[in-house]
Amino acid sequence: MALGNLSSSPSSNTSELHVLAVDDSLVDRKVIERLLRISACKVTTVESGTRALQYLGLDGDKGSSGLKDLKVNLIVTDYSMPGLTGYELLKKIKESSAFREIPVVIMSSENIQPRIEQCMTEGAEDFLLKPVKLADVKRLKELIMRGGEAEEEKTSNLSPKRILQNVFFLFFIVFFIITNIVIFIMLFPLRKDETRI
Amino acid sequence: MQRQVALIKQSLFDQGYLDEQFVELEELQDDANPNFVEEVSTLYFKDSARLINSIDQALKRGSFDFNRLDSYMHQFKGSSTSIGASKVKTECTMFREYCRVGNAEG
Repeated sequence: MALGNLSSSPSSNTSELHVLAVDDSLVDRKVIERLLRISACKVTTVESGTRALQYLGLDGDKGSSGLKDLKVNLIVTDYSMPGLTGYELLKKIKESSAFREIPVVIMSSENIQPRIEQCMTEGAEDFLLKPVKLADVKRLKELIMRGGEAEEEKTSNLSPKRILQNVFFLFFIVFFIITNIVIFIMLFPLRKDETRI
Repeated sequence: MQRQVALIKQSLFDQGYLDEQFVELEELQDDANPNFVEEVSTLYFKDSARLINSIDQALKRGSFDFNRLDSYMHQFKGSSTSIGASKVKTECTMFREYCRVGNAEG
């Protein structure tokens, strides 16, 4: 098996989600990649949690400032993996200030309630049971897109309001200054021989 | 010939060798990716052969490392589930159950 399976599709279309899929199983990687591509997502697959961290640039190695050339919008990871488990990967991502906002979804073939709760408590966006179906991916994509849209609206709504507020504030300040100047001049005439009109 | 293939496929479903996950995979195939099912199946067979070989080696060694066997079986079960090989999946589950109770005979 190849050392590192890093396959990404380069594109400058920013409205598409870029998903990082992490799974140690070659078959599962192939399936999840297809599911995501058919749902119009850009996909990068890696075969372990360690490789995922390397890709994001979180592995502590100063040399790798992150192999990614595209911002990651979603991380989908298998739970049971040798080395770093999906849960441990989730924790590392949520601990990092740069990546904690990225939604992380855990996949597992085992329906173990305490495991699910543990992941959701740690901040997982969702927990999918394998085999993952197209319906699951579509639902997930909608959830993520809606979340992204809501955030965008929040910041864009703030801007015109903020600008208006700033303008009013400025007017007020200017008015205040002018009033003070006028009062000052009236109270303390500049030249002795100046007569008040 | 196509009819024969269809009949064989149907019998695989009827006998429980394949389940609806296989159908899901077939639906992911389209004109842009006409060989998807073939590619996944090939990967599955290669992966399975590797795992079966590892399991075989482990069993031949005599001293049963149930944890290792369970780990191999977990991987095998995982990929079988993803491709829809339900009978294989069932067998894996049984195998894992034997591992869990330490039943070397099973």
